[in-house]
Amino acid sequence: MNVFADTWTYLTDPANWQGSGGMLELLVQQLLISVTALAAAMVVGLPVALWLGHLGKGGFLAINISNIGRAVPTFALLAILVTADHPGVRTFGPYGRAGVATLIALTLFALPPLITNAYVAVREVPADVRQAADGMGMTGLQKFTRVELPLALPLVMSGVRLALVQVWATATIAALVAGPGLGRVITDGFYRSDYPKGIAGAVVVALVALVLELLAASVQRVVDPTPRGSRRGRRRGRSAGPRRVDGAAEPVGS
Amino acid sequence: MTLLAQATAAGQPSCYSRLTNEWFCTQYLHDYRSEIVDATTQHLTITIAAVLLGVAIAFPLSLLARRLPRLESSILGVSTGIYTIPSLALLPLLVPFTGLTAATVIIGLALYALTVLVRSMLEGFRSVPDEVVESATGLGYGAGRLLFRVELPLALPVIMAGLRVATVSTVALTTVGSLVAYGGLGNLIKDGVTTDFRAELFTASVLCVVLAVLLDALVVVVQWLLTPWTRGVRA
Repeated sequence: MNVFADTWTYLTDPANWQGSGGMLELLVQQLLISVTALAAAMVVGLPVALWLGHLGKGGFLAINISNIGRAVPTFALLAILVTADHPGVRTFGPYGRAGVATLIALTLFALPPLITNAYVAVREVPADVRQAADGMGMTGLQKFTRVELPLALPLVMSGVRLALVQVWATATIAALVAGPGLGRVITDGFYRSDYPKGIAGAVVVALVALVLELLAASVQRVVDPTPRGSRRGRRRGRSAGPRRVDGAAEPVGS
Repeated sequence: MTLLAQATAAGQPSCYSRLTNEWFCTQYLHDYRSEIVDATTQHLTITIAAVLLGVAIAFPLSLLARRLPRLESSILGVSTGIYTIPSLALLPLLVPFTGLTAATVIIGLALYALTVLVRSMLEGFRSVPDEVVESATGLGYGAGRLLFRVELPLALPVIMAGLRVATVSTVALTTVGSLVAYGGLGNLIKDGVTTDFRAELFTASVLCVVLAVLLDALVVVVQWLLTPWTRGVRA
């Protein structure tokens, strides 16, 4: 088809990548804003969720926050933030147009998967391991830092991975309102009937998303403290993460 | 500022006028009623069509994955890969095939729902106790009857939990369809942003959340009707 050839031409033309407003600059903007938002959400959400998991309190909120987050359209929240007087459409340093609004929205949308997974991760540490720690005379803090945290790490990381995917997708949607980043290539292309451009933007966004997901998956494998010798173990470990979380995020069968 | 506000209050009491531009405005609901109803109807149609299409694809896929374990990891892998692609990027990738139509949005959203649905169906079938399957086989149930009379009903609670997740997230994602002008309430949100029309934007956003909650409740009611045997033993 003709559109594919045009898309390829757009992608391979260096002029579309270079300079101000070029795809390279937008790509950097979007990566920067995604990473910042993810870091902010981790700083805010992880300590609270992990400690709540340690105490075993606030489970209802920690688990249901994911369900609430799912029902709120990203696009609507971003639109409201941009149209409000605060934080508005202003540019914000290297983050570009509507930087503050997008940053806030991205951080908010990264929180639910982080909080739910971190809480469930600590809660799922086996009771006998906890009792063994108690029996060894560990204090609450010792038990938290030396037993619960290391065992919870793989599931916490799968929350980070989910949040990363979510943040990248949200950062793309930001372009529908006024956000910075690659999504603008897509919306510009579509609103001006320059479809090859829009599709080219989509291809880049999708490829980066897949690369980020693969990177996060390999980081997750590296930090896993339980040794994985057999092939079967590795396969189970990879698929167990998201599946366990799906089950946890939704009270199955209730 | 106060002068302006008074002037509008005296002249034109509409609370969505350029000058006041309030977030919530009953006058707007009244004046733009048909537009709001149209957008909501489109939103509902697209959401329901997408979820149904998702179920229609996910069901045979999960049966296939269950029959051929070697295919299971690749089916799960591909559907997770699709899930990783941002919605705003997935829709443009479908446009060369389906054009700027509602079908683009419906197919895109169905692909997202697929990930959750296939997972929950596999999980659901796995939750059926082996003894029950063996007893049914012993009673002479064939493959088809075993599936529809024994396994599917027992897997239903887990499947329905997945359907709830898929429905709620599809309602939210439908707004992104405004890229190809088929976004239901998303079209109102986009228009609200570009024309700085706060009442329109806020009303459409709230309606999205309300739709999500209502459809979620609907799935719960359907589940309640379909699984009468679970009603007494609610823990």
